[in-house]
Amino acid sequence: MQLVDQLQPAMLRVARMYVSTAAVAEEVVQDAWLGVLRGLQSFEGRSSLRTWIFRILTNIAKTRGQREGRSLPFASLAGDDLDAPAVDPSRFDPPEGPRGRWSTLPEDWSDVPEERLLGHETLDVVGRAIASLPPMQAEVIRLRDALGWTSEEVRNALDLTETNQRVLLHRARAKVRGALERYLSDEAT
Amino acid sequence: MGRELTCKELVELVTAYLEGTLPGRHRRRFEAHLAACDRCTAYLAQMRTTIRVTGRLAEEDVSEEQRAVLLTAFRSWKAS
Repeated sequence: MQLVDQLQPAMLRVARMYVSTAAVAEEVVQDAWLGVLRGLQSFEGRSSLRTWIFRILTNIAKTRGQREGRSLPFASLAGDDLDAPAVDPSRFDPPEGPRGRWSTLPEDWSDVPEERLLGHETLDVVGRAIASLPPMQAEVIRLRDALGWTSEEVRNALDLTETNQRVLLHRARAKVRGALERYLSDEAT
Repeated sequence: MGRELTCKELVELVTAYLEGTLPGRHRRRFEAHLAACDRCTAYLAQMRTTIRVTGRLAEEDVSEEQRAVLLTAFRSWKAS
């Protein structure tokens, strides 16, 4: 059951991207685990075990979603803001000025005490920022940065191209950094 | 290509840089800007800190109910 504890929450979130309700997502995850048991002997170890489990999961979830008549354009999962700038353009000198240079120095967070930086309140800010992201952005940053998966694992698990994975991660990290910046500078003043 | 990166351009390359997917000459241009720019150096440090803080997030717990449902499913699979 250790694998279940590790993977179940992410599996439910991923399944939920493709199907209509949390209850259906639970069924999909259950089917996926049974698929894992059935297929375990043929698992060839060409990918990591967790990647392989997520492949089974996403296949079942997508099929189920199609049967429910849900057709999801990539943008509805990935978000429609993938081209948006990582940092508010007003933070840079105007284009006619000296070449898009920072107009204010980004704060030095190395001064922030560890107990505050990694404290409950800060983690709560980060958690809420991630929860407010479009689902695929949220899942990519969770798997990569919260759970420590490699980019290859995430690409394979979520069926993303290398570019898509990177762009989703870029948007997600930029927004989480922005949320941290707002929180930490509020506290300072 | 000979032109220097601006700060505004550099922030959009940070993820590719950290992923190690910036091709050589782009990486050199990125690092040359960074070496001369304390603002972008501070931004990159913020991004590394963001990643470190995100790494402390805990995953949700699996509910007892879900565990029970799965255990039952696993057992019936083994029995069949």
